[in-house]
Amino acid sequence: MPIQVKRLLMVFGLFIAIMAVLIYFLTPESWGEFGHYRGLALKEIADKEVKHVDVNETCAMCHDSISATFASGEHKSINCQNCHNVGYKHVEDPTKENIVKPEVTRDFCLRCHAKNPARPENYIKQVDAIEHNKDKVCINCHNPHKPWE
Amino acid sequence: MEKFESLYHALANLDGYIFPNEIVLNWDVLIVMYPYITGLVAGAFILASLNRVFNIEALKPTYVISLLTALSFMLVATMPLITHLGQPFRFYEMLITPHLTSAMAIFGFVYLWYLMVVLLLEIWFDYRYDMVIWSKEKKGFMRFIYKALTLWISDTSVASRKTDDKLGYFITVVGIPSAFLLHGYVGFIFGSIKANPWWSTVMMPVIFLFSAMVSGIALVMFIYMMINFIRKQKNDILCLDTIAKFLFYILIVDFALESLDQIHRIYEADESFDILKILVRGKLFFTFFIMQIGVGTLFPLATIGFFQFYKPKEHIRKIMYLIVSICVLVGIFYMRWNVVIGGQLFSKSFLGFTSYKADLAGGGSALLALLWFIVPFLILAFLLWLLPPWKKAPHVEHIE
Repeated sequence: MPIQVKRLLMVFGLFIAIMAVLIYFLTPESWGEFGHYRGLALKEIADKEVKHVDVNETCAMCHDSISATFASGEHKSINCQNCHNVGYKHVEDPTKENIVKPEVTRDFCLRCHAKNPARPENYIKQVDAIEHNKDKVCINCHNPHKPWE
Repeated sequence: MEKFESLYHALANLDGYIFPNEIVLNWDVLIVMYPYITGLVAGAFILASLNRVFNIEALKPTYVISLLTALSFMLVATMPLITHLGQPFRFYEMLITPHLTSAMAIFGFVYLWYLMVVLLLEIWFDYRYDMVIWSKEKKGFMRFIYKALTLWISDTSVASRKTDDKLGYFITVVGIPSAFLLHGYVGFIFGSIKANPWWSTVMMPVIFLFSAMVSGIALVMFIYMMINFIRKQKNDILCLDTIAKFLFYILIVDFALESLDQIHRIYEADESFDILKILVRGKLFFTFFIMQIGVGTLFPLATIGFFQFYKPKEHIRKIMYLIVSICVLVGIFYMRWNVVIGGQLFSKSFLGFTSYKADLAGGGSALLALLWFIVPFLILAFLLWLLPPWKKAPHVEHIE
């Protein structure tokens, strides 16, 4: 066997040995516990700070009248947190500072209610933004928690 | 309110109906760089192999340059992927936990095989004799470096050089299917995603392979001219003409394959065709028609094609070859862009689009992608300093 091949085989052997050592020492302990990934990754994700509250009922524990109003009409399937942002901190410590009071602009409502021929008219109420009180903000006339009235 | 503003901003960039998980592209410009750089490696290596296996005398001046170019780009090929992960503290876990049934994880094996068994070995056999000579000429630290690189073999006999040559030739023969495997694999990664009609075609590995050869040959042509410019040497015009001829042939095949793929798509016109038509005519118009087809394919084809029938003066040809090589490199970059980014711009509902604009700085940004394109040139400069092809001894065949 030529000396070049002998030396190269030694180098390859060394490389494989180094890889074996690295795999032995560096593979995370929880690797393969459940599958081809770090078992601990699941715990790390579960330990992350909770931000959302599970369902609207949590808000109803304190804001019962607003929740009841909101749940009585077409908007009932919209989550409170869609407008007020994540609520977990507010539930832990209910102050005005840790919940968002959205500045409701025309664009905000028009995202769903702007006139659009492709939108089902009988399902989502639509307004022509150019003609319908164009200088006013929607909530001047519509109660944001009960806009269907 | 910040979150609402960013939501509005995102929504303003959408058209039609799109699923929430499609709004932000997961594979950004770094993933565009991955097939691009890998393609340059495979292409440069195939040019070197053409030279060695088919013994094309005119390409000799570029043989070692192509190999060193392939190595410098190969060393960086994984970096766009690793930086795209965004896990600087545990990216190595990916390298030490091999997975045999994941198509993506197979890249580790393909990469290692190509780097360790093909590229490094071929360069080593090619340079072994020269490194022994240099280790005797140099002193101190450099002497040690060259000795270490020869693996402390100091045999300079003709018999040992012939052994180098034979083994090197064997590695080149093994290397050609390996280079095909390397870039065919990258095409397979996209071609095998059956949920995406823009990617899912059995032609994808072949198209990637030929576009890789086109880009690698253009890169070697560019680097050869740049090296001669920096070293104030004359370009060997016969060599440039020959590279250009190969570039022309392979560009024709590449263009034919890509056209076939599109014609097939247009004629089949399945349920995804309407959205793809809007995609190509709209969001991809500039990158597809102007950059990929116009700048990257038709202009080089017309120019080099013209040179096959009528040869203008040498200096005009040289300037045109330089321009053509840059155009091809830009065009193939946009081809990767159109595949990677284009495939994520339309919704799987086939009813809407998102949009993508690369950030300038930060993770997944244009500057980071540019960095991974510049680093191989720095590595190449170092390799050319360490292993200068112009100081190599004549080939063993020429001694006797």
